[in-house]
Amino acid sequence: MRRGAGRRPLDWLLSGDRPGGRVLSLLLLAVLLGLAFAPFLFPGTRPLGVAARICIFIVLAASYDIMLGYTGIASFAHTMFFGMGAYGVAIALAKLPVGWDAVLLGAAAGVALAALVAILIGLLSLRVRAIFFSMITLAVASFALILATELRDLTGGEDGLTFSVPRLLTPGFRLAAEPVLGVRLDGRLVTYYLIFVLSLALFLAMLRIVNSPFGRVLQAIRENEFRAEALGYRTLVYRTLAGALSAALAALAGAMMALLLRYNGPAVTLSFDVMVDILLMVVIGGMGTLYGPVLGAVVLVMAEYYLQPAMAALSRSLAGWPVLPVLFHPDRWLLWLGVLFVLIVYFFPAGIVGSLRRQAR
Amino acid sequence: MNDGAALLRLAGVHTHIGRYHILHGVDLAVRRGRLTMLLGRNGAGKTTTLRTIMGLWRRSAGEIAFDGAPIGALDTPDIARLGIAYVPESMGIFGQLTVRENLLLATGPKGFDAARLDDVMGLFPALRQKWHNGAGSLSGGQKQMLAISRAIIEERRLLIVDEPTKGLAPAVIQLLIDAFLRLKQTATTILLVEQNFHMARSVGDEVAVMDDGRVVHAGAMADLAADEALQRQLLGLSLASHQ
Amino acid sequence: MSGALARLRAGDWSAYALLPAVMLASLPMMSLSAWLTLTVAGVAMGMMLFLMAAGLTLIFGLMQVFTFAHGAFITLGAYLAVSVLGALAGWSVAGSWWLNLAALGAALVAALIATGAAGYVFERVIIRRVYGEHLRQILITVGGLIIAEQLVVAVWGANPLPLAKPASFRGSIIIAGAAIEKYRLLAAALGLVVYAGLQLLLSRTRVGLLVRAGVENLEMVEALGYRIRRLFIGVFVTGAALAGIGGVMWALYQEVVTRSIGGDMTILIFIILIIGGLGSVGGCFTAAILVGLVTNYVGFLAPKLALGSTIVLMMAVLMWRPRGLFPVGAG
Repeated sequence: MRRGAGRRPLDWLLSGDRPGGRVLSLLLLAVLLGLAFAPFLFPGTRPLGVAARICIFIVLAASYDIMLGYTGIASFAHTMFFGMGAYGVAIALAKLPVGWDAVLLGAAAGVALAALVAILIGLLSLRVRAIFFSMITLAVASFALILATELRDLTGGEDGLTFSVPRLLTPGFRLAAEPVLGVRLDGRLVTYYLIFVLSLALFLAMLRIVNSPFGRVLQAIRENEFRAEALGYRTLVYRTLAGALSAALAALAGAMMALLLRYNGPAVTLSFDVMVDILLMVVIGGMGTLYGPVLGAVVLVMAEYYLQPAMAALSRSLAGWPVLPVLFHPDRWLLWLGVLFVLIVYFFPAGIVGSLRRQAR
Repeated sequence: MNDGAALLRLAGVHTHIGRYHILHGVDLAVRRGRLTMLLGRNGAGKTTTLRTIMGLWRRSAGEIAFDGAPIGALDTPDIARLGIAYVPESMGIFGQLTVRENLLLATGPKGFDAARLDDVMGLFPALRQKWHNGAGSLSGGQKQMLAISRAIIEERRLLIVDEPTKGLAPAVIQLLIDAFLRLKQTATTILLVEQNFHMARSVGDEVAVMDDGRVVHAGAMADLAADEALQRQLLGLSLASHQ
Repeated sequence: MSGALARLRAGDWSAYALLPAVMLASLPMMSLSAWLTLTVAGVAMGMMLFLMAAGLTLIFGLMQVFTFAHGAFITLGAYLAVSVLGALAGWSVAGSWWLNLAALGAALVAALIATGAAGYVFERVIIRRVYGEHLRQILITVGGLIIAEQLVVAVWGANPLPLAKPASFRGSIIIAGAAIEKYRLLAAALGLVVYAGLQLLLSRTRVGLLVRAGVENLEMVEALGYRIRRLFIGVFVTGAALAGIGGVMWALYQEVVTRSIGGDMTILIFIILIIGGLGSVGGCFTAAILVGLVTNYVGFLAPKLALGSTIVLMMAVLMWRPRGLFPVGAG
């Protein structure tokens, strides 16, 4: 890349918020290229699904980072917004004639509902003590989970909804008769690139938001609420707006998830396990950086799919030792992520990104 | 000033609260057996000085010595155990506890000393009648009496009181003035922050005036009380309204 | 209790009236015998919830410490019940009331000691480093919860484990035509004993006095010369131990133990803390019974809405009293 000419458009794209540090930049570039050419680099249905999940979780975790990292508020209702987007698309496609209008309608409804509920929660926090906020979001999220399970006619209850997607996105659809570079140009590929492009656009938009004057106010509030209030910023208004924005973005991630899976149910988008995943991604990657959630999402989704086989091998090789095989049993992968999480909160509160940035300096 | 006479001495104390630099090198000496007034306009750093002495804010530079020993690095409970009683501006009354329980907290493991309790209750007879009432139900003046009673219910070496007259009626203020005058007879060392110049003039032996996080004047209370020009210079117009 | 009446300020009566109001309001919706059964069930459930929540309200109240890991102690208690009652199966199935009680007592004591010790380790290793940092407290304790849950699974396996009540505590007795489960009476009695014990401790001892004062104004207690952190460790250990006992009782009530048993209760416990007001043992007690009653009444009238109804109840209380029914302290 030539100095000057090449960098200005890049700065424009990244809103002037460069990753900082060579290692970090290379890692992020590798993620970008890996995801951009995933179908060709890692052929097969399963790797493509993993890549798509990474894209979606990047958006989901980054949108959570706007709350957690940029305003310092720990909400446990983020999966609820994720679920609203997913259920919006799922219900629209299950109940209406299948088509792009149904997708758009469902996604729009999900986004609008998510933003509305986020605003209501924000207004509620006007009345209650800050100390209650996290607990209330947890209760509201479990209320949403109950609703999704009990409103069986609308949501399919525990079993969830299976539905058809527009023909362009179905595995049966062929863009071209002949494979390109050994990859079949089918609906799966179209779905992947739809998700990839959308995710990239949403991520760049988020970079723009956090580096706008609005984003700087959020950071000021996080650093010192008292001072921000004194400076005349209406902290509650800003926090509520940030919450609504974060919720709407999560809903969009949910809409993409529904299109990817052609299914939605409580376990996929609403469960507390998903919330824990998001939290792990943001904290491990690095709070308040937006680039952190990118790495966090990659690490966590990959761990989910590929750590288990590795641990199975380790566990087998440790057979005969006391306790160790049990601790390294493939089902215990979450245990080690939990340990990693705690260590990171203690010793590297800025996560992977923060640590790499500090090294670069 | 005679060093040996100072029970509490602050030298070049700086305090930051978050990013804000509040105290800019406070020098202050509180002499044994005397009542030292700490005056100054709002925001001059008086409350921060008291909180820094108590270890409720950490000093960022400078030295605080009590009876010759440095206490700047000690935790609040250890500072209190040296025999320093502190009455914050908010009075620190436990509203959910009774008057008796509030006082009991300030006693040693043996509980009340009957003679001392009688003495203290003699200062504020109104409290005796509220003995088993919740402290939250007391009036503002009664709460202040309780706060001061709690500070002196055991023998202490230094009594630190932050703006006891704030928001109180004149009759109650007079009661407090009488109480401080009685306390002075027992040769208790007292550091008192006050906005009320009438009270300051009535009870103070020594005075230190703060402005902008520093002590800008220190001397005898009588000298300041007699010098109106100096008052105007140090305390501005605010004190005229208190006269 | 000295001063208890004095503390009952004007206006508080409406918070106290909530319990009888809920009981009376539900009466016309069902038969008397059903109402009696449900009321006893609700009170019993409330007492068990109180056991699990009582420590947490003081932990929040005293140090403003957020912990999302309290459920881990409940889970540990529940699994210990499985192990201890499994080991003492002979006592548990015996026809002797005394042997049954001894088996239960052994499980309770084991849970008390083990979760108390776990609480001590948790406070020293996890909580101590994040005093005063709410966000990190939330994050670190969520991490602690993940680790604890995974360790429990590593020891006891991922599958739900059945757990039978000791023989004498099975079945019901009939009072006024209503079937009352014996176990519920036992749970209610235990909850009441613990509540009375805690209240005595808080109102009659110096340590209790310090805890009550600390909940209101921590700084002032320190300025009076008390090292509050030592006290806090004691409160944390007690809270963990009570949660462990609550876990034993709740596991026996459910007759099955899953790894999410504690996590599932966490939401209910938070609801109780919010309704009761942080830092108030009395408020926690009232709120726990309120939640137990509402869960049972609604569970009978419209089974699907049981948990949802308590969340709605919490929201309603917050709208009415943003700091809970019995708020303590200034923070």
